[in-house]
Amino acid sequence: MKKYILTGTLAALLTLGGLSVPALAGPEDVVVENAWSRASIGMNRPGAAYMTIRNTGDEPVTLIGLTTPLAMMPEIHETKTNAEGVSSMSPAGEIAIAPGESVALEPGGLHAMLMRLQEPMTEGDTFPLTLLFDDGGEVTVEVPILGIAARGPED
Amino acid sequence: MRRRAVLGYGAAGVGAVALMLFVGWWQVDGPGGPEPVGQRPVALTEMDFRLTDHEGNAVGPETLIGRPTMAFFGFTYCPDVCPTTLSDISGWLDDLGDEADEMNVVFITVDPERDTVETMAEYVGYFHPAIRGWTGPEEQIARVADGFRATYERVPAESGDYTMNHTASVFLFAASGRFVTMIDYHEPKEFAVPKIRRALEEEMEGAT
Ligand SMILES: [Cu+2]
Repeated sequence: MKKYILTGTLAALLTLGGLSVPALAGPEDVVVENAWSRASIGMNRPGAAYMTIRNTGDEPVTLIGLTTPLAMMPEIHETKTNAEGVSSMSPAGEIAIAPGESVALEPGGLHAMLMRLQEPMTEGDTFPLTLLFDDGGEVTVEVPILGIAARGPED
Repeated sequence: MRRRAVLGYGAAGVGAVALMLFVGWWQVDGPGGPEPVGQRPVALTEMDFRLTDHEGNAVGPETLIGRPTMAFFGFTYCPDVCPTTLSDISGWLDDLGDEADEMNVVFITVDPERDTVETMAEYVGYFHPAIRGWTGPEEQIARVADGFRATYERVPAESGDYTMNHTASVFLFAASGRFVTMIDYHEPKEFAVPKIRRALEEEMEGAT
């Protein structure tokens, strides 16, 4: 059986709050680290969230989708920049992560695209984002919302 | 003995391969790389377009002449590339400090339908104060892109909205309006900042 663990900011928050991490965790072989997103201007524009997803187990895992109360259409997207310097963005499809490997969602590459926001993304807030895997496993991570000009999880 | 000699050659071989790889990278992707042929923007002095900046001022290529210019294309509904580029530019400007004070920094929208003057004003306000936001009628945006040899395209999104594919490079011009070089999307700061200095230095050469 695959196990999924939640780490990073949420774990820290939960620990500080005196809650135990396993209360929210599903299977424990998938670890999500350094999740972050940028604040939005209003609700008309799509948002984007970033994180590192690590498979610490012995079997491959496949990320097949996302859900969040924040957005009606969350989806993993990939930005590509061609030889002419033109950037485009499209759904990335399923993402397989081999045992011991990790996948980085970071600016200019993969991102969790948050389409049809249900509320504005406000700096300082967080929102829950659930990663869905092909074996039915789920991991929910609490994503901090940083400033619009944030460059990474540390900003 | 023999074994040692082989090891010696081996090490030299690895060194030679590493050097070749480095030279190859330098010439192809690194700072020694040539600009793509036929893709160079024309000089600002040869461009002709009329836009409006985020404070409502009429602007055109002549607005940029006399100071070095850093310009790029994007749109405010862009969730990934554009805020990243704006943040990168803000970081480069912070690094350059006073040196960047005499520079034009212009963010030109490729999505004038949604990016009105007010929208641009709100958006650029979140980034480095030197960054100006320019918008205007679609046919004028097309003329700008043509002069820059940049491209953009409206693409329907699954959400029912649309997104824009667009040239994500940052363009650098000397104070004379001459095109200097461009910074590719996500080029590391170690390359980007020296390129900006090149554009700044051309100004001084031109002034003397
Ligand atoms: Cu996207």
